[in-house]
Formats: sequence, C-alpha cells, structure tokens
Amino acid sequence: MLEEIIHKRILVLDGGMGTMIQGYGLEEEDYRAGWFDEHPSPLKGNNDLLSLTRPEIIKEIHAEYLEAGADIIETNTFSGTSIAQADYSLESSVYDINYHSAKIAKEVTTRFTQSNPDKPRFVAGAIGPTNRTASLSPDVNRPGYRAITFNDLVEAYSEQSRALIAGGVDLLMVETIFDTLNAKAALFAIQRVFDELEVTLPIMISGTITDASGRTLSGQTVEAFYISLSHLPFYSIGLNCALGAEQLLPHIRSLSAISDSPISVYPNAGLPNAFGEYDESPEMMCAYLKPFLDQGLLNIVGGCCGTTPEHIKAIADLAATYQPRKKSVTQEL
Amino acid sequence: MSTKHLTLSGLEPLIVNDALNFVNVGERTNVAGSKKFLRLIKEEKFEEAIAIARDQVEGGAQILDVNMDDALLEAKECMVNFLNLIASEPDISRIPIMVDSSKWEVIEAGLQCLQGKGVVNSISLKDGEASFIDKAKKIKRYGAAAIIMAFDEKGQADTYERRIQICQRAYTLLVEHVKFAPSDIIFDPNIFPVATGIPEHNNYALDFFKATKWIRENLPGANICGGVSNVSFSFRGNNPVREAMHASFLYHATKNGMRLGIVNPNLIEIYEDIDPKLLQHVEDVLFNRREDATERLVDLAEAYVGQGKDKKKDEVLWRNEPLGKRIEHALVRGITDFIVEDAEEARLALDKPLDVIEGPLMDGMGVVGKLFESGKMFLPQVVKSARVMKKAVAYLQPFIEEGKDEKQKKVGKILLATVKGDVHDIGKNIVGVVLACNNYEVVDLGVMVPMEQILERAKEEEADIIGLSGLITPSLDEMVNIANEMERQDLSTPLLIGGATTSRVHTAVKIAPKYQKGVFHVGDASLSIPLVSKLLNPDFSQQVISETKDEYGELKTRFEANSKTKKFADIETARANKAILDWDENPVFVPKTIGTKTLHKIDLERLKNYIDWTPFFQTWDLHGRFPKILEDDLVGHQAQELYKDALALLEEIIASDGLESKAVLGVFPANQVADDDIEVYTDESRSIVADTIVGLRQQSKKSKKAANVCLADYIQAKGSGADYIGAFAVTAGLGIEKWIERFEKEQDDYQSIMVKALADRLAEATAEYLHEYLRKEFWGYATEEQLTNDDLIRESYKGIRPAPGYPACPDHYQKEVIWNLLNVEEEVGISLTESLAMYPAASVSGLYFAHPQAKYFGLGRIQKDQVADYAERSKINQAEAERRLQPNLAY
Repeated sequence: MLEEIIHKRILVLDGGMGTMIQGYGLEEEDYRAGWFDEHPSPLKGNNDLLSLTRPEIIKEIHAEYLEAGADIIETNTFSGTSIAQADYSLESSVYDINYHSAKIAKEVTTRFTQSNPDKPRFVAGAIGPTNRTASLSPDVNRPGYRAITFNDLVEAYSEQSRALIAGGVDLLMVETIFDTLNAKAALFAIQRVFDELEVTLPIMISGTITDASGRTLSGQTVEAFYISLSHLPFYSIGLNCALGAEQLLPHIRSLSAISDSPISVYPNAGLPNAFGEYDESPEMMCAYLKPFLDQGLLNIVGGCCGTTPEHIKAIADLAATYQPRKKSVTQEL
Repeated sequence: MSTKHLTLSGLEPLIVNDALNFVNVGERTNVAGSKKFLRLIKEEKFEEAIAIARDQVEGGAQILDVNMDDALLEAKECMVNFLNLIASEPDISRIPIMVDSSKWEVIEAGLQCLQGKGVVNSISLKDGEASFIDKAKKIKRYGAAAIIMAFDEKGQADTYERRIQICQRAYTLLVEHVKFAPSDIIFDPNIFPVATGIPEHNNYALDFFKATKWIRENLPGANICGGVSNVSFSFRGNNPVREAMHASFLYHATKNGMRLGIVNPNLIEIYEDIDPKLLQHVEDVLFNRREDATERLVDLAEAYVGQGKDKKKDEVLWRNEPLGKRIEHALVRGITDFIVEDAEEARLALDKPLDVIEGPLMDGMGVVGKLFESGKMFLPQVVKSARVMKKAVAYLQPFIEEGKDEKQKKVGKILLATVKGDVHDIGKNIVGVVLACNNYEVVDLGVMVPMEQILERAKEEEADIIGLSGLITPSLDEMVNIANEMERQDLSTPLLIGGATTSRVHTAVKIAPKYQKGVFHVGDASLSIPLVSKLLNPDFSQQVISETKDEYGELKTRFEANSKTKKFADIETARANKAILDWDENPVFVPKTIGTKTLHKIDLERLKNYIDWTPFFQTWDLHGRFPKILEDDLVGHQAQELYKDALALLEEIIASDGLESKAVLGVFPANQVADDDIEVYTDESRSIVADTIVGLRQQSKKSKKAANVCLADYIQAKGSGADYIGAFAVTAGLGIEKWIERFEKEQDDYQSIMVKALADRLAEATAEYLHEYLRKEFWGYATEEQLTNDDLIRESYKGIRPAPGYPACPDHYQKEVIWNLLNVEEEVGISLTESLAMYPAASVSGLYFAHPQAKYFGLGRIQKDQVADYAERSKINQAEAERRLQPNLAY
C-alpha cells in the first residue's frame, strides 16, 4: 500500500517529540516508574525510556500528531541503540525500548486507521545517528583515531532494527544522518536483519546538513551523500533537522534533481534563537515550505525540532492542496 | 537506483560519463608501486605518506588507489589507519578511494572506513564462482563498485577470446545473480607488456583494444580500466619511449572505450607532441602491424636513451584544458610558467587586450577570491595567484597602451599608507595584494607617509576608501589625528584601520568618535574584502557604516563602564607595594664585561637555528604553533608550502650573504633611584650618570600577594649595593632594499613580503642569539645554561630582555636611552624615526635584567598622578606625556 500511496498524494510525517515531552514537565521518577526504579544513575532526559515508563504520554503525543493529519509517525527511539544508551548504562534495555516503542505507536495508528480506513496511518521505526561518528575523529590530535568502528555500529543497529521490526513497524527510517558512514552501517545492519528474518520493509533515509555550506557534518555534498547510499533501493530520501525550511530549500532542490526515489523533508521550526528555542510559527513554516510544493519537490513532508501538532496541522492542510513530486530526474547521474 | 554511468563519491561526487574523457587513478599510495610510499608506511611516517596522497589529488588524480600489500606490513591495520587518516584531510578525501588488495579481509576492512562510494580492486573468478558471488554480494552491501580482473580458474586471460569469455561470464553472474548494478562493474582486461621479443606477446595491446571495444558493445553499462604503464615494461630506463608508448596506448584504449586507468602523470607525453617517427614505430608495435615492429622500435629506442625531459609532466593533464580553464588553473594554483603564453593566446582570440584582463583573468581571480573567502584557499596561495595575475597584466600592458583610449574599469580605488613615523608594511602589503586580486585599484603610498600627503593624494586620486596601517603604538595617535583632520576637512571617504597594535576596541574608543563618515577596524586581510565590497555598494554602504557605528558606540560605552569599575591604586600606594626581590638568596652577579661590544656580520646559518617560526605564520594569517601548524587539519598543507618557500628563500639569502645581521650590546653599572627610575653610570665609580631610564609602574589594584611592578624593581636601590643593567639593539634588515627592489621588478609580491617577514624573524633570532651570548659569556651569569630553541621560545632563560614599546615598557621614548648608551645608529646603522620606530624595520632593541626573579609583565593602564610624575621626571609637559603614553591612559 505504501508503494502506491506515495505517488498519489504528499504524505505527512509527524513533528518534534522532544518539544512535546518538555510540555509535560516530567521529573526523574517519570523516567524510572516501574522499570528502572533501582537504576544507580539519573535517567531524566533519556526520552526513549518514556515509551516504557510513561507509555500513555507517548501515545497521547502520537495521537495528537495523527489528529493533526500525519500519515506516518516515528517511534520514540531516536536514541535507541546500545551506543547511545551507554551514556545511561542502559545498553541492556535497548530491545525493550524499541520493541515497546514500536508496539505503542502501532497501537495508536491501528486505532486511527480503523476509524478512518480511507486514510491509513503508518509507523516508521526511527533509527538515529548515535552519538559517535565512524568517519571523524573526536580527538583533533589523533586524526586517525575512531571512537566507534563500523562493526560496532552494525551490531548496535542490528539489535535496534530487530526489535523495531518485532514490535511491528511498517517502515524503517535512518534519520538525522550527520556521518554517512554511520548510515552505511545502519543500512548494512538492516539488510542483514532482513535476510535473517526473511522480511523486507521500505527504508526511508534522511540526512542532515549542518551549516550553510550545504554539507553534512562528515563533509559530504548532498550529491555525494546520495551516491554513497544509493546501493540499495529505498522508499524515500531527504533531509531533516539542523536547519529551517528556508535554508533547506536549495539542498532539497539538488537532491530532487538527481534522485529517482521520492523526496522527503522535515525541517526544524527555523534556526534556534539565542536561547536555543525554535520559534517559527506554523504560518511562517508553511510560508517557507510553500516554494518546495510550488516547485513540485516533495513526496513526504513533516517537522523536526521545535515543531508541534499545530505546525503539522498547518503543513498537512497546505500539502493536501498540492500534487506530489513526479519521478523526474533532471540531472542524469 | 538505476544509473547508466558509474557514480562514485568521496566528499564530492564523481560521475564517470562521456563528459569525462578519462578518469585517472592515483597510484602512488600503493606500496607495491611506490618504494617511497612503502618506506614511509614502514617507518610510520604518516604525514609524509599523506602528503603523497595529496600530491596525487593535486596532480589530477580523480580516484585514489590505496594498497598496503607487503610481506613486512600488517596490511589490514595499515589500510585502516591510512584510510582513517586521509578521511581527515578534506582536500584528499573529496575524491573516491580505491581499496586495493589481494587479501579479501584487507578489502573488507578498507570498505568499513569509507563514507563515500569507493571501488574494490579487485575480485575475479580465480577461486571459482562461489567465492566470487559471495564477495560481490558483500561489496554491494558495503555500497562500492568493483574492478573485475579477467582471470578465472584457469588463469589470467591473455587473448582476445579468453578476455571476452571471462568478462561475459562474470557479467552474467553479477547482474543476474547478485543484482549488481551494471554500471558498478569495472573490467580490467589485463594490460601486458609488448615488444618483449616473445612472439606470443605481439598481440597483447591489440587484443586489449579489441576486448575493450567488445565489452562496451556487448555488456551494457560495464566500464573498463587498466594499468597503462605495464605496456612499456620492456623499455624501463628509457622514459622518452615509455612516455610515447603510454600516450599512444592511452589514446587508443580510450577511443575503444576504456574510461578509467592508472597513468603516472610524470610518465606520459601529449599524444600530439610525440615525435612522428617514434609514434609510428610505437603504433606498429601496439597494433602488431609488422613482423619486425619490435626490433625496429628497440633500435630506434637507443636514440632516445637518456633524453629525459627536464620539465615535470604534472601539468600535462591541465594543459589540455580549454584556454579559460587553463588560465583559471594557473591562477588558482599560482603557476607562472605558462601564463604569458596563455595570455598571448587569449589576446589573439579576443577583440581587445583589455578583454583578456576583464575576461578570463578576472574570471579566474574571481574564483580565487571566492575560494579565499570561503576558506578553501589561504593567504600565501592568494599572494601567489596575484603573482600570476601581475605577470599576465605586465605582459598585456604594452598592448593595452597601444590601444590608448581604453581604460581598465576597476570596481573601486583604495588608498593605503603606513602612517608617519612607522616603517612597518608587511600587513599593509598583504591587504593591498588581496584587494588587487579582487579587482580593486590600490594606490599604495608606502611607509612613513605624513597626514597631509595621505589626505591630498586621497582627494587627487578620488579614492573610495582610505586604509591606514601601523605597528608601533605612536602610530595609533597618528591615526586619531588623521581621523580628526578628515572630519575637519569634511571628507566623506570611509577609513579603514589595520596593523598589529590596532584593535577593535581602540578603534571604537579612540578613532571612530573623531570621524563620522565611517571608521572600521580590519583584523586580518581576508576581512577586508567583504567590508570593502559592502562599502562600495551604494545599497549597503550606509547600512554597514551605521551598523558599525552602533557596534563601536556600544563597545565604547562598555569599555568606559569597565574602566570606571576597574580599581586603581594611587602612585604612592602602588610604589609601597613594589616587587621585592630576594637579594640575599640571589645576589647581584658581577658582569664579566662592563662596556659595549658590536658584532658585525653575524653568521646567518647559525641564526637560523634561533628562529621562532610561529609569528612568521601569523604574518600570513595562518594561526597555530610551529611545528604543529604543519600538521594542522585546515591550514597544515598551506603552512608546509609556505615553510618550504620560506626555507628556500632563506637558503638563497644565506648562500648569497644577502642580508647582514648586526648587533650591539652593553652592560653598565646601574642603580634604582626614586623608586621607579634606573640611573645608568659610565663606570664602576658610579659618579657620572650616563642616562636615566624613566620607569612606569603598574597601578591597577592588586590582590594581597601580587606586587605593583616596575622594571626598576629589578635593580638594587642606590645605596643598597652595586647592580648592573644591559642594553642591546640588533638588526637583520641591512641589505633588504636590493631584495625588495628585485622582487618588485619581478612583480613578485609574494617574495617581497616573504623577504620582509624573514628579515623580521632573523632580527628576532639575532636578539635571541645575542641574549644567550650575554648570559653565557658577556655578562656570564648563566655559563652552565643548556637550552634548546624551544626552551628559548618559551622564555625559560634566566633574566629578561624587555623592549620599549612592548607591555613591560610601553614607552617607546626609552629607546632614546638605549641609542645614547650604545651609540646604536653609528655602531649598527639603525635609526629612529620621529615616532621612535626603528629603521630598518627588521630590528629589535631592549634592556637586559639579569636577576632570576625578574619576570615579564604588562604595565596595564595608569592614572593621571603617575603621568604627571612621569612628565616631571622626564622634564616634559603633561600634554606631551599624555601623548606618549596615550594607549595606557586609564582616563
């Protein structure tokens, strides 16, 4: 169904999770309840745990985004690898986090799909970048050093994808890619898990341009990024996070020119202000997204940091009035 | 993704399509092919190994082959380490990597290090289908393309039939079984040596061409590559013949469809340039056109032995580009060798000689400007670009003048000057070059330019902007005066301020308030371009002027608020809190020599070892400590280039005795008087005062433990015991004029700036050397000292040598005392300007204090009471004292 629907209309992704969680004013005990009461170190801020300890909150947020018009919601698993969880000494909880996050998301989408079968909803298993880079040294004095190896990443990503698939996700989404080598490891792991479980799910890929130079953190241009990940078929490719819609436009345009796969974008609500907050209003964000739609560049659109159900509602209403991007490679590779 | 063409990536994409005639694979980072690279890897000299990779990229390699297969190396470890290292070099890792090994585990480890899409070199059917398919699947999963050797269970294909049969089989397996993208398949149908004398080898080249053609026609999407230098193996040692063979082979192989290959750019001739007779003999061999082809080529080859070309061939690849590209390449790379012939070609092709400048040359400089602004080029490179530009313009100038009425359009005119009393111009010259590169007309008035002349010329030339430069602190005052005068004369030209002692705060607080039409501090040369372009754009100029005015206004308010809250001690309290030295623990060391000594022609070779290179790189806007800066991620490569050029010029200077370094030093009986002053006596009788150093004391409120220091604290008070002080003046700038004259004649700003910067370093080195001589011999208080140059740079020596004009003694006027004591001008030929700058500029002077507790310090700001006292002690009026001490006044 996903394969057909993407050519019929522009699909809407959900918005930011962190901003929404902040609104609940949660405390340390919310992050422990029933699961990690005895855990020796503080857990507040490890948002992925809330899928276990306060599932009703995560479900509520998912529901708000679906209510706003999202077709695809992302699981609350951005930091759901053993590498990211090592910061909290919770490597052993990775399976639980991913499995239950997938499960509760699926529970909510099923409810929405049942009540309106004409608008089926989907769960994308979110696979974040981890907090280590495989192609950059964290130590400027030792450029040849790496804090993580490709094989370590493959192991961690395999574990995460296995649990997400078991929890029932409809797609996998390798996102916020700042180092393409990490993403290559994720794709390697996913292929391995597909072989192992004898399943195949659509894969969404979303990179992050970190500054105005138009390159990823690991230094690649958008074109090089695309070529580096083009060895397996994917459902969509796009960009998210780090910048606002306005700044992403030229880069989405370059991507659209070379990609024969659908294009996605889910920007932040503008650039952060002096306090690190995002303050683009839904209207402003729509104004910046309009040129993408006018130019027929998008198949999937949503929001990242600082976006809320109000943003997604406005974006969904706007996207509904446009046709999706037609497969049209203007620049032949 | 279904693409028709092989697409690869490093940090940037590489699309191997028809637009790219031929993709060259750099092969020097291959231990099997390069003895030097092998040695470097063995000795773990990774920096130098990386430099080889960089040379490959700069030499035009579009893919970098890395191979670590050697019996004595841990190939896997070396591969991972080296790939990780070059991943941190954006100028190398922008191109795709070819992971080259005969061991699968090395290939796999290599693939795990590549964020881009690379190439595996290689796999084959040698070990059967199962292993081939297994590896191909993994390569696909890692996201790489692969070279497939024409090799099967029976061995390497050496005929046309075997070649196409193996390639066909491999293709079918890959495309149908593994679902490998056809465009990711790169066949290597084996290039073997010809003209070996063995008849079976006669068809090797021809069969390669034929197989290549067949593959391109019958296996859709697949690519061909080959190692070209193999073909000429029989002619090792005869480069002219090898070069011709490579050129001809490559020419025909690409015509038949070979898209990638390994060619040593130093070992190839341009096809059109091959001696026709040689070419015919070579092609007779390649195409096996006659039975005696080999003998004939061998015979002919004799004539070419030892006819090595003296010119390197790196350039061949770019010399084939269209004219505009060549000019751009020459400018970006700073290559002067061909610019005159290219300028001539452009002049003939275009309507007017001026069009050459305004067309291709300015386009090229535009590229340079953009690369510089975006941080992809560095200052030394830009100065080299300017050298190329100047050479082209100098060549075109006579043609332009013939055309009379043409006048080159410039985007704006900028007048630069080092102000009256100051002789320092390195920074100003750099700004001038950078501006000229960006098509601004620069009118440089030189050094020591009086205010009247600056303002008159600015009006006469209708300058759009005035830029003032200065290094010594009195120049700051002169800049304030000029701003004042510009306001009085009601000028409207924006004023730029630059130079080592200038600062944003000083500009905001002291200069900007004097002139309303825009005053800007320019911290380094690269900042001048965006600012100047905004100022000259009517849409932006008012905005940038008013924004800067607001910004400086705020800075001024904050500064003033700050200085008000800063607590100061009155001078009497400060004196009561003077630094107390332990004279019992460290008694005065009676000097071995009292009096003065002049050193002529100090050996430059010896001084070289005393050079502190860090400030040299700062001069060129490359920031970082030496020698670490040579390995810096961002500027390391540039720093290395610059360092190489500097050493080359330094060698030339040393070899030709081209600069003279001279020094005078002296040690005198001295005592502290009136708390802050030092009386210097003519002899040990201490009855005749030769001169008095008038001191200044720190006046900011100190915490309990810290003293309010004055240099006089380091000398015993009169009546407490005998003490001594030293003084020195050195220069390394004698003879510099003829160098500057030469480089200016050659239009070579790069070398002109270089020689000045080197002279500065040599002067500092002389001061360092002289200080050591003083400590170990002349005064002799540290005869046992064993310090390395690094220790000296870190000031680990005993005693200090503060210089007037620097933080411990900001008062330039104390130089007059040194000049008087040492008779400096007559002894070593350094004169003082009216602002107390030393000429030649590459000079250093200062005082010597021997006590081990004497430490460098900064005077900081001082109060009116001390200034009044200083005026009295110096026998000048208050206004004059304030003028001298302007930058240190706290009020």
